[in-house]
Amino acid sequence: MRSNGASTELAPARTPRHLLIAFGIMVVIGVVAPFLMYPLFAAKVLCFALFACAFNLLIGYTGLLSFGHAAFFGFAAYVTGHGAKVWGLPPELAILAGTAAAAVLGLAFGMLAIRRQGIYFAMITLALAQMLFFFCVQAPFTGGEDGIQGIPRGMMFGILNLENSLTLYFVVLGIFLAGFLLIYRTVHSPFGQVLKAIRENEARATSLGYNADQYKLIAFVLSATLSGLAGSTKAIVFQLASLTDVHWGMSGEVVLMTLLGGLGTTFGPVAGAAILISMQNYLAQLGGWVIVVQGVIFVVCVLTFRRGVIGELARLLKKPL
Amino acid sequence: MQHEIKEAKEMSGKLMLRAVAAVLVCWAGSASAQVQMSDDVIKIGVLNDRSGLYADLSGQGSVIAAQMAVEDFGAAAKGMKVEIISADHQNKPDVGSNVARQWLDVDKVDIIVDVPNSGVALAVNDIVREKNKVFLNSGAGTSDLTGKACSPNTVHWTYDTWALANGTGKAVVKTGGDTWFFIVADYAFGQALERDTSAVVLANGGKVLGSVRHPLNTPDFSSYLLQAQSSGSKIIGLANAGSDVTNAIKQAAEFGIVQGGQNLAGLLVFITDVHAIGLQAAQGLILTEAFYWDMNDGTRTWSKRFAERNGGKYPTMIHAGVYAGLLHYLKAVQAVKSDSDGAKVVAEMKQLPTQDALFGNGEVRADGRTIHDMFLFEVKKPADSKGPYDYYNLRATIPAAEAFRPLDQGNCPLVKKG
Repeated sequence: MRSNGASTELAPARTPRHLLIAFGIMVVIGVVAPFLMYPLFAAKVLCFALFACAFNLLIGYTGLLSFGHAAFFGFAAYVTGHGAKVWGLPPELAILAGTAAAAVLGLAFGMLAIRRQGIYFAMITLALAQMLFFFCVQAPFTGGEDGIQGIPRGMMFGILNLENSLTLYFVVLGIFLAGFLLIYRTVHSPFGQVLKAIRENEARATSLGYNADQYKLIAFVLSATLSGLAGSTKAIVFQLASLTDVHWGMSGEVVLMTLLGGLGTTFGPVAGAAILISMQNYLAQLGGWVIVVQGVIFVVCVLTFRRGVIGELARLLKKPL
Repeated sequence: MQHEIKEAKEMSGKLMLRAVAAVLVCWAGSASAQVQMSDDVIKIGVLNDRSGLYADLSGQGSVIAAQMAVEDFGAAAKGMKVEIISADHQNKPDVGSNVARQWLDVDKVDIIVDVPNSGVALAVNDIVREKNKVFLNSGAGTSDLTGKACSPNTVHWTYDTWALANGTGKAVVKTGGDTWFFIVADYAFGQALERDTSAVVLANGGKVLGSVRHPLNTPDFSSYLLQAQSSGSKIIGLANAGSDVTNAIKQAAEFGIVQGGQNLAGLLVFITDVHAIGLQAAQGLILTEAFYWDMNDGTRTWSKRFAERNGGKYPTMIHAGVYAGLLHYLKAVQAVKSDSDGAKVVAEMKQLPTQDALFGNGEVRADGRTIHDMFLFEVKKPADSKGPYDYYNLRATIPAAEAFRPLDQGNCPLVKKG
C-alpha cells in the first residue's frame, strides 16, 4: 500500500482545454506587457507572482499556512546580491546560489515546522523567519538598514545583456513561466494528489500508508526553493536586497496576494500579485495609507468573495482555473 | 484549512462585481494621472520621508522650498517650464530606488532633490548616475556621497557627517569632553557619522570607549542609554537624527544622565528637533548647522516667507539647502540651455560660483561637495529665548575652507582623474 502508483489514475491524463486557453492568455499578456507599461514594473509583478504561486503550492494544495515565507524570499535575495556583487558571479549562478540557499533554509525550517499543524505551524514558521530577520539586521554582509545596493545585473549566460530592461524582462518572464509550469506539474502529479489528500484529511492519508510528514516536507522545501528563486530574481531586477524582503510584512503580503487571487487555484496567485503590486505602485503617493487600503480590500475580499478573484471567476465559469 | 465555502449568495456576487469595478476605476484613474510629460519641462522630483521620523526636517517643507526656488528664480518669466512632484520613500532603500527608477524612466524627471536617509540616498546616487540625470542631495548626511561613492551626477549641498564631526566633535573635545561613547543609528548615516566623529575625537587627543548600534526609528533607548551610562565616558555622542535623537535626549533626561556628570553631544540636531525637545531639556546643547533663520536679513525674510507657507514652522538647514541648491541648478540649466544631459548640468554647476541669500557665496567642488560656512551653535536657555524658534546662540563660524573634508582625503575617483 506504500506505493503511490494507485493514485496515478486520479491525475488527469491531459491538461483540460480551458486551462490551456487561460495559460495562453497569461503568456500573451506576459509578452505584450513590457510594451504597454514600464518593463521593470512588469518584471516586479512576475517576481511576486512566482513568489505567490510558490506560496500557494503550500497553502492551497497542502493546506499548510506558512507565515515565514519572506525568510526564503529575502534571504535568497541577499545571497544573490552578495554573490553577484562581492563574489562577482554571473547572474545565472547568483540566482542559482540564492535559490539553493533558500532550499537549504527551507529544509531546516521545514523539518522543525511540519511537526505541528495549523496555528502552531504558522507560529513556528513566523518565529523562525523573525530569527532570520534579526540575523539579517546584524550580519555584516547584508548591509543592515541599507541593504545590498547596486547589485550588478551582468550578462545572463554571457550573451544576454540584462542592463537592457526589455531583455531583463523576458529573462524574468522565462524564469516565471518555468517556475509556474513546475508548480503546475507538481500539483497535477501523483505527488500532488497525495498532497491534496493530506490537505483533505491527514489521518486518512496516513492510514492509507502515505508518510504524510515526508510529503509535507518535500512540498515545503519545494515551495521555499521557488520562493527563493523569486527573491533572487527580484534582487537582480532591482539591484537591491533589503530588509523589506525578509520582514514579516512580506510574509503577510504573499498571504494577501494568494487569498486575493484565489487560494488553491492555478492562476489565482498571479492575478493576486498583479492586483496588489499595481495597487502599491499606483497608490504610492498615499504613503502609509496604502497599507490601510490593502487592509480594506482584504476585508472586502474575505467578506464578499472568499474564493478570490480567480476563484470566483472559476465558479462563474464552472471550471477550475 | 477550510477550503470548501458554502454557495455564496446572489448578493455577494453583486458586491464582488461592484468591488472589482471600484478597484478597476481606481486603477484606471491613477494610471491616467501618470501621463507622460514632453521633455521641454524641467521636472523636479522631491524624494524624502513624508510620514516617518524625518518628515519634520524634510518632508513637505522641502517641497515648499523647491516651489519657492522655482518662483524666485523666475522660471516662468524666463520661459522655462518647471514642474515639481514628490514622493515618500518611507526610509526604505527599496521603495526609494523603485520610485527613483520609475521617475527617471517613465515620468521623465530631470533632477531628484533632498533624499534624507543616507541608505536611500546611496541607492538613488547609483540610479541617477546610471540614467545620467541630476541628484541634488540636501537631506542625507553620509560623507561617502562625495567620497568613495561620488558621482559626476551628484551635488551634495547642505552638510555631511565629516562637517558635523569636525564642528561639534572638535568643539566638544576642546572644551574637555575627551572620552566618548556613541549611540549609533545602524545604517549608512549613523555609521558614517560614528566613523568621522571617532576620527576627529582621536585626532584631537580624545578617546572612544565604545559604541552601541540601534535600529532606525527606535522608540525606546533605555538599554542603549544604560550602556552609555555604565561606560563612564564624559560624552555620549548621539550619531542619529530626527525623532531618534529627540527620543534619546528626552529619555536621557529621564535617566538623569546629565545630572550624573555625563554630557550629551547631538551630532546632528535640527531646529525642528530642538523645537520638539523643548528648550528646557535641550538648553546648552552644542550643535553644528549650515543654516539658521536668524543670521541676517536675507535668511530672516526668506525664513518668514517659508514659515507662512509651512504652517508657521521655520525651515531647517535641509529646506534651505533644497532652495539654494535648486536655484543653483536652474542657473546651470539656463546656462547649458538643456536639462537632458545630467552630467553636463552638474559640470556647469561646478563651474558657476554659488550665490544665494541663504548660504552666501561658495562653490561646488569637483567631488560634488558644496562649500560654504558652517556654524557652531549653542541652544539658548529658556529665559533667553524671545519666542518660538528663537533657539540658538552662535558660538563660532567655521569658515568654508575648514568646514568640509579636504578634497584629497575623500578618495573620490573623480578627483584622482582630475
